[in-house]
Parts: sequence; C-alpha cells; structure tokens
Amino acid sequence: MNDTDRKLGPTILKVESISLAFGGVKALTNISFEVKQHEILAIIGPNGAGKSSMLNVINGVYHPNAGSITYKGNVRQQMKPYEAASQGIARTFQNIALFKGMSVLDNIMTGRTLKMNAGFLAQCLHIGPARNEEIEHRKKVEEIIDFLQIQSIRKTPVGRLPYGLQKRVELGRALAAEPELLLLDEPMAGMNIEEKEDMSRFILDVNDEFGTTIVLIEHDMGVVMDLSDRIVVLDYGKKIGDGTPTEIRNNKEVIDAYLGVSD
Amino acid sequence: MFYREAGQFKTSYKADQAVFPIFQDKIFVAIWLFIGFVVVPMLASEYMFRAIFIPVIIMALAAIGLNLLVGYCGQVSLGSGAFMAVGAYAAYNFMIRVPELNPLICFLLGGLSATVVGVIFGIPSLRIKGFYLAVATLALQFFTDWTFSRIDWFTNYTPSGSIAVQPIEVLGVVFDSPIRKYFLCLVFLVIFTIIGKNIVRGRIGRAWMATRDMDVAAEIIGIRPVYAKLSAFAVSSFFIGVAGALWAFVHLGSWEPLAFDINLSFSILFMVIIGGLGSIVGGMLGAAFITLLPLFLNQLPVWLGINISTAMISHLEFMIFGALIIFFLAVEPLGLARIWQITKEKLRLWPFPH
Amino acid sequence: MGFFVEVLISGLMAGVLYSLVALGFVLIFKASGVFNFAQGAMVLFAALTFVRLLDILKDTFAPITLALIITIAMMIMLAIAIERLVLRPLVNQPGISLFMATLGVAYFLDGFGQTLWGSDIYTLDIGIPKGSIFIFESIFEGGVLVAKEDLVATVIAGVLVVTLAIFFQKTRIGRALRAVADDHQAAQSIGIPLNYIWVIVWTVAGLVALVAGVIWGSKLGVQFSLSLIALKALPVLILGGFESVLGAVIGGLIIGSGEKLAEIYLGPYVGGGIEYWFAYMLALGFLMFRPQGLFGEVHIDRV
Repeated sequence: MNDTDRKLGPTILKVESISLAFGGVKALTNISFEVKQHEILAIIGPNGAGKSSMLNVINGVYHPNAGSITYKGNVRQQMKPYEAASQGIARTFQNIALFKGMSVLDNIMTGRTLKMNAGFLAQCLHIGPARNEEIEHRKKVEEIIDFLQIQSIRKTPVGRLPYGLQKRVELGRALAAEPELLLLDEPMAGMNIEEKEDMSRFILDVNDEFGTTIVLIEHDMGVVMDLSDRIVVLDYGKKIGDGTPTEIRNNKEVIDAYLGVSD
Repeated sequence: MFYREAGQFKTSYKADQAVFPIFQDKIFVAIWLFIGFVVVPMLASEYMFRAIFIPVIIMALAAIGLNLLVGYCGQVSLGSGAFMAVGAYAAYNFMIRVPELNPLICFLLGGLSATVVGVIFGIPSLRIKGFYLAVATLALQFFTDWTFSRIDWFTNYTPSGSIAVQPIEVLGVVFDSPIRKYFLCLVFLVIFTIIGKNIVRGRIGRAWMATRDMDVAAEIIGIRPVYAKLSAFAVSSFFIGVAGALWAFVHLGSWEPLAFDINLSFSILFMVIIGGLGSIVGGMLGAAFITLLPLFLNQLPVWLGINISTAMISHLEFMIFGALIIFFLAVEPLGLARIWQITKEKLRLWPFPH
Repeated sequence: MGFFVEVLISGLMAGVLYSLVALGFVLIFKASGVFNFAQGAMVLFAALTFVRLLDILKDTFAPITLALIITIAMMIMLAIAIERLVLRPLVNQPGISLFMATLGVAYFLDGFGQTLWGSDIYTLDIGIPKGSIFIFESIFEGGVLVAKEDLVATVIAGVLVVTLAIFFQKTRIGRALRAVADDHQAAQSIGIPLNYIWVIVWTVAGLVALVAGVIWGSKLGVQFSLSLIALKALPVLILGGFESVLGAVIGGLIIGSGEKLAEIYLGPYVGGGIEYWFAYMLALGFLMFRPQGLFGEVHIDRV
C-alpha cells in the first residue's frame, strides 16, 4: 500500500527526544520521530515496549520527563488531554474505553462535544439553539454510523455489544470529533480475520476520504505491513527502527528483537 | 396490546430525540399529570397531603437533584442534607433581610446559594474520587450542621436556634392550606423534572455520563473534567437547595438545624439507590418508596392487630432499609426505575410475547 | 505548659481510640478494596452483644470469658454472612457500589443489634481501672492528669497495632491478604481462596471492632452513639491513607490531639463546638495537597 500518488503533506507531528519514567521504571527513552500529514504510521514492538505510553504522551495523558512534541507547528512539553482533543487529536484505546452505560448513539455523540456550544440555559429548556444543535450533530453522527455500518445497533447500550462491534463504535466516537490526527491503540486486537479486514478497510477509508493522519499500534504484522506508509519500532522503550515496511522487514535489529538474537 | 412502537415511524431526528418517542408514553405522562393536578386534589384528605404527597414531592425534587450528581455524573455525595440546609437558611435570610423579594425568588436564590457551596465543595472532586469524595462531602455536612446551630446570624438571633415562618404569599395568594402547598410543590417538581430531563439528554448530560463511565476517556474526547464535575455539582445542589427551601417553608414551617442532619443525607442517597441510579423517574419512585415505607411500617402492626413498640418499629425500619439497599445494589442496581422499564418492555410485547 | 500537655495527652488518647476504629477500616480496605462504612455499626453491635451477654451470663463461673467467646463467635458468623450476602453478589462491581452496600450493612446492623439487644444505655465494667493519676510530675509542676482507663486503652491499642502489623508482614495468611488487596483475579489464579480470605479479614475487623467497642463502651456506656464513632474515624483514614496500618495510628493521634487543641485554643473565638467538624476540615485540606494520605501509595491510571 505504498501508492505513489498519495500526497503526503508537511510534518504534522514531531516527537523529539521524549523520555518518560514511572518512578524508577523507564517507559520511554529518547524517542524521536515525525509524522507527515495524511500518513499512516504504525508503531510496533513487543509487549511492554512503550507503544501505548507513546500514544499517551502524544495526547497528553502522560507528561514526559524530557523532550518535546511539536504538533502543527506548536511546540509543547505538557498539555492536558482535553487540550489535545481541542487541537484535533482523537484516540481509541487498547482496552475498550467506551461509556458502558450509554447507547451507541450517545457514545458517538460525546465525540462531538467540542463542536457543540449551545448555552447552558438553552440546554435546560431544550429550546432554539440547543435543540437545533442536537439535530444538526445527530445528522453528522448518523453519517458516521452509516460509514461504519452500525445502523441497527444505534440505540443499544454499548455494554451489550460484542467485542468487535465495540471497537467499531469506539472508532466512531473518535471520528465524530473530525480529528486531524487519529491515534489507534491496537484497533484489531482480539478480532477474527473478517473483522480485521473490515477494520482495515475503515482505517484506509478514513485516511483516504477525510485525509486524516493516523498513528496506530498493531501486533498483526500482516495488517501493519499492508496498511502503513511507515513503521516505527520500539523495544524496551527505545526506538530501534523507523522506515517503510520494506525497510523494516529487512532491518537486522528489528528481526533480532522480534525473533531473538541468533548467536 | 396498546403499548406499541410499531407503525410509529420517525421521519426526523427531532422526533426521534423527543423525550417520549412512543405515542403511548405521551398519553401515559398526560395521565400522570392529570392524576397529579386533578384527581389527587379532588380525592386526597388533608392528612394525605401533609403526610404523603407534599413530602414525597419535595423529596423527589431532592432525589432527582442528587441523582444528577451520583447517578449521572458518578460523584458520590453524602452532603445532600447540607445542601438542603443551605437552600433553606439562605432563602430564610433573603426573605427577612430583603422583605420586598417574592418568596419564590427567595427559594431560587436559596438554590443558587446551595449552588455556590456545591461548587466550592465540588472542587475536591477534581483531585479525589469515590469514597474520598464521599468523605469530603461529609465534611460539608458537619460544617453546615455546626454553622447553622452556632452562628446566630443565620437564624436571625432567635434564642432557641429554631426558625418558624409564616405561610408564604405569592402575588396575593397565601399558601396556607395543604392543597395550595401541594400545587406549589407539584409545579416546582414538574418544571425541575423537565429541566433535569433536558439537561441529561443534551451535551451536558452526555459529558456527565461519560465522566461517570470512564473519566480518562472522557477527557481525551475533550470533556474538561473541571467543567463536567463542577457543573454536575452546581446543578445538583441547585435542585437540592430549592428542595431544601420548599421542605423548610412549605412542609415543616418551623425547623432547627437537626432537620437537615446526616440522616437526611443518607435518606436521599437511599432514595437514589433504590429508585435507580441515573434515572429521573427513579428519583421520584425512590422518594415515594422511602417516604412511604415508615408510614406503612407504622400502620402495619395496627392493621395486623399486633402490639409492637415504636422503638422496635424504628429498629425494624433500619433493618429493612439496610437490607433493601444491599438487595437493590446486588440484584437490581438500576433500582425501581429498571423494574418500571421492564414492565413497560413487557407491556410492549403483551399479549404476544413471541 | 502543664495545661497544654494535659490537653495534648487527652487528645492523643482519644486519638488512640479513633485509630482503633480506623484500623478496622484499613484492614478491610487492604484485603478487599472495600471501604467499609459499617465499621462503626460493627463496633456498636460487638459492644452491645458483649455487654448484654455479660448480663445474661453474670451468674456463671466465668461471665467475661464466656461472653467474649460467644461474641467472637457472633462476629465470625457476621463476617460469613456479610461475605455470602453482600460481598459475593457484588464481586467485580465498582468500589463505590460496595461502599454504598456497606452503608446498607451499617443500617441493617444498627437496627438488628438494637432489635436483638435493646436500645438503652448499658454500663460495661470489665475491670478496667477507673479514676485518674498524675504523670510526668518530675517534668511539670503538679504533673499531668490522665485517666487510667485511657492509659489502659492506649496499651491495648498499642499491642493490637503491633500484632496486626506482624500478622500482615510475617504470616502466610497476612501475605495472602496483601496479595488479594493488590489484585483479586491474580490472587485467585494462584490459588488464594478469595472467599475464605474475606471471611478472615472481616472477622479480624470484627474483633478490632469488639476491642474498640469494649474500650469506648466502658468509658461512655454502650449506646447507639458508638455507631457514630465511625464518622470520627473517616478523617483519620483520609489523613493516614486507606491502606496503611501505621497511617491509621498516626492519623488518629494527629486528629485526636488536633481537635482537642483546636477546641481549647481556637474554639472560644468561633463559638465553640469546632470538634464537630475540625477533623473533617483538616482532612479535606489535606486531601487537596496529598490525596493519597500520609502513607498511602500513588496509583497511576493506565489506559
């Protein structure tokens, strides 16, 4: 999937010498990489390599001990997750983090929180602006529901859905924010082949149709190789590889990390 | 057979987002309103107004308020009694210090005062969760108990520390008879229920529920925890504060700080749990249940012809409350509201369940 | 100066008793992650059972021993009942549901104890010496006045704390308890029987409640207000951290002495009675700056 006609834009996200430690445990050491606009970047690595921590640093859940992050030209060291969200970074989680008590529709609607601005009083009375706003955003959400083909479950509480569908709803919630940068943490974990194919298609479509830049963590090498434009490999919190799928496939250090060093 | 959504197609999102999307539900609500505004006033005795309807309605208002905080936003509070006290005493002080104010305005100002206190004491919720927060709200409870019994300014230096008020007068109408009081409370409840329902089905309500279900994820979506939690504290305390003012002025008529002690806080929390966390109807059902159960228990021995001391009855009441709390949490965490909903779903299928 | 020390010491001794109640909370929280609001009700129930049995058995050869044995047996049965009827159905529910359930347990126990044993005030005398003595006479002029029963209580509490600390750190079952506290599922998967552990820890908490109840009861009489000392112990927990035995002790001492000193030296300026909320406000202020308490551990949210 290295179409030559795909136009990569300028750098949207630049991670520079990020280090992160919890107490004495070093989760990330001196990580740097760049993501270009419209790119699909995969972060791979064995369990505990610091992949999720990296995403958490990017959208502000963890604050790095050293290094900086440049997003759309703004350099920052610390930011709150909601600030990241307001700058167009959305995210899904390794262990599904949906709002269990709410319906699919409401879950996806929460994704539009930042786009809504009806006043408090209008909401209390459900008049004018508040009501129109609800309807207008509902339309948008219905588009996403159509896109992900989950029309039939829109009123179901998410807690009752099977795992694969929950993952899809979570993607929907992230999409509802119309992000410029989408972080996907193992979007296909625990799925069967068919579900993986569906999910891959959604990811590619999102990238294609909306021009969304995507950073994803995934363990399934087949999927990673097919989907991504570029791959960053982490091992024990250090970056050991960065390149196109072909380059990574032939990278000695990466092969060692994955298959063990052959003496 | 009559409760169906079949054939009722929604052609707009507006229709689908209505509070009662099914036509029969609208009829249902209309019937309830009819009962509330017409049937009850025609049939109920003075005693029933005073002992049942008025307290149940005011408590329903308080329980809905607490449910917004606990059930929707997931922040546990053991300080409802304190918020009611703030509402009541603030309304009282506005009334005696600015006599030209309309009493209803004073009630709302009482609610607003509770809001201010609620937001201040909601600030810890930004750093602490769960039972830590519950303990923090207990601090408020003890602090207000003390404030209103020790600082005489709040009670306008009445020697006994208790307050007695005249029936309120609004635009020439004196609310002195039980039936008038009942109407006043009912109107409050209806208006606040509508407001509550509107809030929870909109953006703010979703922000609360998201914070409740998974706060980290909510923040990542762009819901500011400060905003979600404090707004829940604010709205909830406003409801509870207004309920407190009504409780003091309309139901009690005269009261002392003990009327709003920690037992009241627990009662309201029980109403929310038994009625159903995260449900507006639940607040009402819970309030009715908790208010009526002691009355029922007191009458039961009389009906059965058994002689039990009142002390024993109050102990039994404790046991039953305790057991019910455990039962509902373990078996039906969504409370009476869920039972209500299941009944409706059954009705939808009845009489052809397959 | 002598007066200040006297106030301080009486505060510290009250604090020891708060610590005792707080200890019961900590035990249960450590082993099951449950914030047990019913600890106060357990204190009342234990004391009530004990004092009434003492009365019933007063003509037997060893009333205190017999009453103690039966009371302990009842606390064990209570622990079993709570495990069966409350904890087991609520396993894997969020902590806050369990917390509210213990609120239900508290109500039930308060009602049950009084239905069973009556609701008067009962005096409890098991031979703890009464009266006061002077101590530190060599340091302060006139010495410092302390109640003997407070001294006895302090010694008992001290012994209990040390025993529990050893129990947790050194014994096999203590280690199992700590493992359960860290992760229920993991503990189960390595063959630690969860239900059995819960019964044990609730029993131990029941026994701690019994000790606290007997000491408070012989001081104030056994009555309903014993149930409310749980409310006094909550700020102690916030201060000391929910998971630390040591924290419960030190928190208790800080709160006990702090509230007595505040009442004496600040009370007159604000109309008195600040004992009523001082501990809570102190705890609340503390929460804002160190939410995990003095000795609690910081938890990192993983997403």
